[in-house]
Amino acid sequence: MTATLYSGARRYGEETVDVLVDGETIAAIGEPGTLDVPADAERIDATGLVLLPGLVDLHTHLRQPGFESSETVLTGTRAAARGGFTTVFAMANTQPVQDTAGVVEAVEALGREAGYADVQPIGAVTVGLEGERLSELGAMASSRARVRVFSDDGKCVFDPLIMRRALEYVKTFGGVVAQHAQDPRLTEGAQMNEGALSAELGLGGWPGVAETSIIARDVLLAEHVSSRLHVCHVSKRESVEIVRWAKDRGIDVTAEVAPHHLILTEELVRGFDARFKVNPPLRTADDVEALRDALADGTIDIVATDHAPHPVDAKETEWDRAAMGMVGLESALRIVDTTMVAPVRLTWRDVARVLSETPARIGSADWAGRPLDAGEPADLVFYEPGDTREFTTDDLSGKSINSPFLGRELPGRVVHTVHRGTPTLRDGVLADPRAVAEAARFRTARSEDVRGA
Amino acid sequence: MKHLLSTKELSRDDALLLLDTAEDMARVDQQEVRRLPALRGITVVNLFYEDSTRTRISFEAAEKRLSADVINFAAKGSSVSKGESLKDTAQTLRAIGADAVVIRHPSTGAPQLLAERGWINTPILNAGDGMHEHPTQALLDAFTMRRRLHGVDGARGRDLDGVHVVIVGDILHSRVARSNVWLLTTLGARVTLVAPPTLLPADTSVWPAAITHDLDAALADAPDAVMLLRIQTERMHDAYFPNPREYARLWGLGEERFRALPGRTMVMHPGPMNRGLEIASVAADSPQSTVLEQVANGVSVRMAALYLLCSGPREGDER
Repeated sequence: MTATLYSGARRYGEETVDVLVDGETIAAIGEPGTLDVPADAERIDATGLVLLPGLVDLHTHLRQPGFESSETVLTGTRAAARGGFTTVFAMANTQPVQDTAGVVEAVEALGREAGYADVQPIGAVTVGLEGERLSELGAMASSRARVRVFSDDGKCVFDPLIMRRALEYVKTFGGVVAQHAQDPRLTEGAQMNEGALSAELGLGGWPGVAETSIIARDVLLAEHVSSRLHVCHVSKRESVEIVRWAKDRGIDVTAEVAPHHLILTEELVRGFDARFKVNPPLRTADDVEALRDALADGTIDIVATDHAPHPVDAKETEWDRAAMGMVGLESALRIVDTTMVAPVRLTWRDVARVLSETPARIGSADWAGRPLDAGEPADLVFYEPGDTREFTTDDLSGKSINSPFLGRELPGRVVHTVHRGTPTLRDGVLADPRAVAEAARFRTARSEDVRGA
Repeated sequence: MKHLLSTKELSRDDALLLLDTAEDMARVDQQEVRRLPALRGITVVNLFYEDSTRTRISFEAAEKRLSADVINFAAKGSSVSKGESLKDTAQTLRAIGADAVVIRHPSTGAPQLLAERGWINTPILNAGDGMHEHPTQALLDAFTMRRRLHGVDGARGRDLDGVHVVIVGDILHSRVARSNVWLLTTLGARVTLVAPPTLLPADTSVWPAAITHDLDAALADAPDAVMLLRIQTERMHDAYFPNPREYARLWGLGEERFRALPGRTMVMHPGPMNRGLEIASVAADSPQSTVLEQVANGVSVRMAALYLLCSGPREGDER
């Protein structure tokens, strides 16, 4: 594999650099024209593009095994590459559920073979996501998949004793429980945010207190057992306040916000277009503002996509029959750009933190979210801010098209994604799957456990 | 009007046009031949995803009195029960040449989906969607009030300015209550909603209605109409209130409360009634009760809606 020089990019959106990628690593990075570049190196003009470490998504639904009509590990990681992601954490609600070492190893292997991104499986907290018995957390942790994040996402670990035990148990191997905070009793029949609009439309309301009450309970449990808690897809102002209180108190809690909760509001439900049906639901403009504030001030640690693919027929139907969830990998960076960077709420340095470094740290993915320095893994994304254009199905690279942003004007463009030195997206075009898989095979052969290297 | 999906979006002028047209339709009932040729050659499909004998029969009677060809499509035992989607059903109806669709559906927004997604290009009449709206029920309620207040000969052109209507019962789950709140206030009426807090929506701050949990206080204002809503049996088992006896005591129009009402106060109910729970027989069968008039007026109102939506040229009609 020849070396590649990406010239003229802006590291973290700041100083202009040339980056020389050789093999799987950044061979050199520095002022333009100062690097020692091999004569046969390929040269790619990246002038003016924002250079960030490859993005890391702590919350992706890849649907395989079991729901391959919605997404597969291959198609999901292609979507990831399209959005600038080089590592994705695959949620456990597959069929069979990712609650054994065998299943998580299979998912990890599928990701390794596909080659578009590192796939880090998330283990189910409870057997079958049923909330009753702990899964074999230790077996998953010590498996080849090295699971460190455990979640029943899609379902809340509702039983307080099971939650306590999970928080205690995962300390054995430095794990974290990622909670889908939703009181199931308070959200029976819920179809949208509970409030004035749900009252008008006559749709079952999903009250904010169903989220806040679980977060409040869980931070107290985490404090009690001195463990780590991660709160998935925070959606309410009051939830932010609880997380802020917990952090002030010194509780080891982290939180994520989904891109769609940074921009979309419940008003979109009026059209009964089920692309906007998601769990937790779209909330009010006031909640959106609170979430942006919290991401800006660090109360919310990261952005995670909650990429949730569904086939067309699961969405093109009556609102209350439609599946919950929306795809988000391909649009995440552009949404963060328009909601946080353009209004100068976050710098590109901050974006590297919330979309790469901190999610990697929370998930103990020590190979990801690394500094943009020589000797580091060449997981890179080159982003072109600016020009606004319509988001269309051409922007989607997964198997499903249930994006809430279709037809919307969005700024920016992910131009290149590099995963372990291999270009997975070049000039906005996905790399050939055979070439990507070939590069992945070469890597695997050279280093049996690349992530452990 | 291209469709009749809700009363929330209905202007005062359109509401009065519907009510006045219903007056014309009511006259047909007095004729020897109770039929108009207005919709001859028009095929109307009654697409009922939910059991509703009363509403379906009312629409069917209206369609037949306008000489429409009627196709009844019940979800039970049909392709729908075999898993066919609303979209596929709509496209089937389009293929067989439906000219209008009357839809009753348990899902909020299903009529709007049919109207706006381009699956079928015909007028859509909402005959009740989920807990959302039931516009023809509200129109027939307003029609009934108007006739009671102003007489059969004096109702035309009149609104409900200054009329006080008390709606009692399960507001939370009631599409009838929602449609009435919007329509009655559009027509100038004052609406008071009475229910236990558990049967009220979480946030009614933008509703143009007063809210109270005290039925006696609401009735002490001597309203022009009291509308009782049906309490569905499943609510009794789902912690909305302790038991039927307590509900009847606090929110039922029992004999004592009924006797205390002024003689001019209308007693309304969309039916079917739970006698002894939300309404006592003495009230339901009294001269103040409008229950049977509401049923009869429903046919006139639905004739008016069908006539206004189907008789004009349609956008995109190439036939």
